[in-house]
Amino acid sequence: MTLKARVIPCLDVKDGRVVKGINFVDLIDAGDPVESAKAYDAAGADELCFLDITASSDNRDTIFDVVARTADHCFMPLTVGGGIRQIADIRKLLLAGADKVSINSAAVKNPDFVAEAADKFGNQCIVVSIDAKKVSGVGENDRWEIFTHGGRQPTGIDAVEFAQRMVKLGAGELLVTSMDRDGTKSGYDIALTRTIADSVRVPVIASGGVGTLDDLVAGVRDAHATAVLAASIFHFGIYSIGQAKRYMADHGIAMRLD
Amino acid sequence: MRVAIIDYGSGNLRSATKAFERAVREAGLNAEIELTDRPDRVASADRIVLPGVGAYADCRRGLDAVDGMHEALTEAVEKTARPFLGICVGMQLMSSRGLEKTTTKGFGWIKGDVIEMMPSDPDLKIPQIGWNTLDLHQPHPLFDGIKTGPDGLHAYFVHSYHLAVENPDELVATTSYGGAMTAFVAKDNTAGAQFHPEKSQTLGLALITNFLHWTP
Repeated sequence: MTLKARVIPCLDVKDGRVVKGINFVDLIDAGDPVESAKAYDAAGADELCFLDITASSDNRDTIFDVVARTADHCFMPLTVGGGIRQIADIRKLLLAGADKVSINSAAVKNPDFVAEAADKFGNQCIVVSIDAKKVSGVGENDRWEIFTHGGRQPTGIDAVEFAQRMVKLGAGELLVTSMDRDGTKSGYDIALTRTIADSVRVPVIASGGVGTLDDLVAGVRDAHATAVLAASIFHFGIYSIGQAKRYMADHGIAMRLD
Repeated sequence: MRVAIIDYGSGNLRSATKAFERAVREAGLNAEIELTDRPDRVASADRIVLPGVGAYADCRRGLDAVDGMHEALTEAVEKTARPFLGICVGMQLMSSRGLEKTTTKGFGWIKGDVIEMMPSDPDLKIPQIGWNTLDLHQPHPLFDGIKTGPDGLHAYFVHSYHLAVENPDELVATTSYGGAMTAFVAKDNTAGAQFHPEKSQTLGLALITNFLHWTP
């Protein structure tokens, strides 16, 4: 009939364990990533995202084991992001069982890395993750800037221009996170997501700020994303994947319910 | 029975291997799934799977870089008529030519070129990434027991190009994305899925199981 909107639970993984930050601080341990992955697979999640936030280089390899064990049990598309800096990192993740990788800081520091990665592995497997904050004042035209280091470090780079540039370089998909909204449960930054989605040809995943099922609906209907990502509302059992998908379907969005 | 999944440095090989292993286990089959880059193992396999992600030309180059692999594939598929399943770019390589980036020769098993998708609706995103249903144009053993059509099961797609099939007899299924895009092709002992059966949960496992039972 038509391509369906995707619901993507995102698991923040640190040292091989799942955590979810509130505004990227105050981490709460919410379980074993492989167990969560299995549960989401069974619940009908359309894709799964692991974001590796392991800080110490000693524990960097934990993610490969998590990805490999997840791939053994789950037959859903898996995107892995966090700390990807080299072609070798991508190859290792794909070999472990990831289908796509999401590149964040490395894309900001060295945009050509995105081109190189897309050339090697194909655009379809390169997601560029864009962390943006609104920098325009009241009464000014909306403007968003790329922030790094969990939203603490401004870069002066315009988010919409950056998005277009990433697509030109070969990003097959964009994951757009509002750093103003992340962890606030006040809904996606609709204007940010829509401005980017309307300015590129590739699919956009809305991220950051989901508190209710209406936020997911708005992500597709108003922000023009083709996929919606959420973390805590699913991890803490506030809503199930099935509930979310049925709710979106009831609100006129084409969903996969099998 | 031994199923060779061809390893030529492309693709989510672990996902494919794991999905086939699970299908074997759940169907109670006595089959060995072997991920291999050895032409002799491909030539002597009972069934052959060619995965592939990325660009057409890169995949073709990757395959040709394995000395003797194309010959082994030709031998097993064209001469000894082993059941063959191509996945994503592995399916696209079954075509006459690929027109992504540059013109690249395919295996020539399914007549037609792999061309950029031009959805009629300009709002549709390229690549098509996600879950879509299938419209079956003719019955095929690999779709036995699988519900297709608008209310049918979903398949997971990630692609910007599709195989424009010249002979309608070789077109098994399409998916609707601003027009009918090729989703599944087949001819004699060869079959190919543009979507990813190894990621397509219920539909995917059923299709893989059908492939393991298939006697073309």
